[in-house]
Amino acid sequence: MTRPAPRTRRPDGATLIVALILAAVAVVIWRDAARLPQAGGYAGVGPADVPRWIALGLGALSLWSAVEAFRQGRAAREPQNTGPILWIVGGLAAQLALLATAGFSIATGLLFAATARAFGKRNLALTVPLGIAFALMVYLVFAGLLQLALPAGPLERLVWSLLRGAPE
Amino acid sequence: MNTFDFLMQGLSVALDPAMLLYALIGVTLGTAVGVLPGIGPALTVALLLPVTYGLDPAGSLIMFAGIYYGGMYGGSTTSILLNTPGESASIVTALEGNKMARAGRGGPALATAAIGSFVAGLVATILLALVAPTVVKLALVFGPRDYFALMVLAFVTVSSAFGDSARKGLISLFVGLSLALVGIDQLTGQARLSFGVPQLLDGVEVTTLAVALFAVGEALFIAGRRSAADDQVIAVKGSVWMTARDWSRSWKPWLRGTAIGFPIGAMPAGGADIATFLSYAAEKRASPHPEEFGHGAIEGVAGPEAANNASAAGTLVPLLTLGLPTTATAAIMLAGFQQFGLQPGPLLFATNPQLVWGLIASLLIANLMLLVLNLPLIGLWVRLLTIPRPWLYAGILVFATLGTIGANPSPVELSMLLIFGVMGYGMRLYGYPIAPVVVGLILGPMAEQQLRRALSISQGDLTTLVASPVAATLLALAALALIVPLILRARGKGAVLSQLASDED
Repeated sequence: MTRPAPRTRRPDGATLIVALILAAVAVVIWRDAARLPQAGGYAGVGPADVPRWIALGLGALSLWSAVEAFRQGRAAREPQNTGPILWIVGGLAAQLALLATAGFSIATGLLFAATARAFGKRNLALTVPLGIAFALMVYLVFAGLLQLALPAGPLERLVWSLLRGAPE
Repeated sequence: MNTFDFLMQGLSVALDPAMLLYALIGVTLGTAVGVLPGIGPALTVALLLPVTYGLDPAGSLIMFAGIYYGGMYGGSTTSILLNTPGESASIVTALEGNKMARAGRGGPALATAAIGSFVAGLVATILLALVAPTVVKLALVFGPRDYFALMVLAFVTVSSAFGDSARKGLISLFVGLSLALVGIDQLTGQARLSFGVPQLLDGVEVTTLAVALFAVGEALFIAGRRSAADDQVIAVKGSVWMTARDWSRSWKPWLRGTAIGFPIGAMPAGGADIATFLSYAAEKRASPHPEEFGHGAIEGVAGPEAANNASAAGTLVPLLTLGLPTTATAAIMLAGFQQFGLQPGPLLFATNPQLVWGLIASLLIANLMLLVLNLPLIGLWVRLLTIPRPWLYAGILVFATLGTIGANPSPVELSMLLIFGVMGYGMRLYGYPIAPVVVGLILGPMAEQQLRRALSISQGDLTTLVASPVAATLLALAALALIVPLILRARGKGAVLSQLASDED
C-alpha cells in the first residue's frame, strides 16, 4: 500500500469534525446502553448489546476518519453561499415555531416565502401572501379531502367556518 | 396453480377500476417527479406514506410501484433536454441524450428512451413473475441466521462496495443504524436512546428522515451553490418518431440493457445507477461506431434507459420475496408495506397472493400507461421543466414538510426534520452517500431481530452464524465486497468504483 503524498501539511477540518461527531455519538450510545438492564435471555444478547457493537463501529470509523484527515491533508471544496442556506434554515425554524399557534397555512407560507427568497425571489411582500394562499390551498385539499391531521390556526378556522356556514 | 394462473388472477385484481386509478395516479406522479430535478421516487413515496395511511393497502402499493417505474421514465426527459439528470439513474443518459438534443435529434432520443423503458419494463416484469416463485421456495428454507447474513451483504453492497470511499459509505450506514436504535426495542420493550422524550419512543419516522435528507438537504445544497449551472431547456425540434435506422440501432441495446439491469437490480448489488453505467460501457464496446459516443450515439441512450427500468423491476425481486430492500426507494416501499401491517417475504406470497400478484400484474399495466404518458404527451412534461427554480423549491419544501406534519405534527418531529436536513446538506457537500442512511434505518432493526433470534436458537453460540452453508456463503460474499474494493482503491484503481457510485434512488 503506497501512501499518497499529503497535499498540504494541515489536516482536513471537515473530516476531523466528522471524526469528533462520530466519537461523540458513540459515547452517547454506549452510555445509554450501560443504563439498560442486561436481559439477554437464551440468546445471551440483550437490548444493550447491539447498541454497544454499533458504538464500537462508530468509534472505529471515527479513528479511521481522524487518520484519513491527517493522511490526505486539506481538500479543496467549492465555496458555498451562506445567505440562501440561512434563509431556508430560518424558514424551517419559523415554521417549527409558528405551527402550533399560527396554524399550518401561515407557518408554511412563511417557509414558502423564505425558500423563494433563497432562490432569488426577493419581494417578500409578494411571496408571503402568495405562500400563505398556496399553503391554505394545500391545507384544504389534504385536511379536507384526504383527512390528514394538520394543525389549524386562526386562518384555517376562519375558512372552515365560512365553508361550513354556506350550505354544502 | 402455476405462475401463469397467479399472474392472470393478479391481472383481474389490477384491472379493477379503482386499482387502475391508483396505478394511473402513481405513474403520473412518478413521471412528474422523475422529470423535476431535485425530487425523486424515494422522496415521493416517503411523502405519500402518511397520506395513504387510511387508503387501501393494495391500491397504495400499486401506486408506490407506479411512482418507482414512472420516476425511471421521467428522469430521461430531464437528462435529454436539460443536461441535468432528473434522478440519479439518468446521469448516463445525459451524456449522449443531451448531445442528441443539441443536434436537433431530441425527439428520437426521447422516443428511444421511452420505448426502451417500455421494452425493458415489460420483459423485466415478466422475469420478476417467473423468478419470484423460485426465490420464494428458496427463501422458505432460510432461517434467521441466513436472513441476517443476507442483510449484512446488503449493508456492505449498499454502503461501501461502490462509490469513492468505503469509509464514507460505512459512516453513512452507521449513522442510519444508530438512528434505527432510537425507540422501543422490539424484543424486550426497553426504551433506547429516547432520553425521556416521549415522541422518540416510536423511533425515527422514515418519512421524516427521507424528507429531510432528500428534500431539505437537496434544497440547501442547490441554494448554496455559487456557480449556478447553465439550465437551458432544449426545445424538441422535428419529429419525435424514430427512423428505421434508429430502430435498428436501438433494439439490441434495449435487450442488452434489460439483461444487464435486471440481475443487478435483483441481487443486493446496488441500485439502477450501477446498471446504467455498465450498460453504457457495454454499448460503447459493442457499437460499430464507437467514435459517435460522446457526440450523441443513440445506443448510449437506449441501453442505459432500458437498464434502469429493468433494474427497478429487478429490485422488486428481493423486496417482495425476501423483504430485503436494496435501494432507498425500495427501503421506503418496505416501510409502506409495514405501515399496512404487511411483511414482504415468502409468507406474503402464501397469505396474500391477490395483493402480491395484483401488484406484479399492475406493473405491466403501469408500463403501458407510461408509454402513452411519455410519448404522445411528452410536451406536457417538458413544460414542467420551465417552472422557475424559486417556485419549484418553495413548493417542494411545502409538500415535504406537509408529509412530516401529516405523519406527526409535533415540534420534535419538525426539529428532527431541520437537524437531519442540515445533516443531509453536509453529507452532500462532503460527498457522503445518502442511500445507506435510509437503508440502515429501515433494515437495521430487522437485522438486529434476526441476529438475536438466531442467537436465541443457538443459545448464544456465535458460531451458529456461519454454520449454515447459505449464511456462510453470504457472509463470505459480504467480506469480499468489503475488502476487494478497499484493495482496489489502495492500488489507485478506485476511479471505476467511484464512477459506479450509487446515489439516492
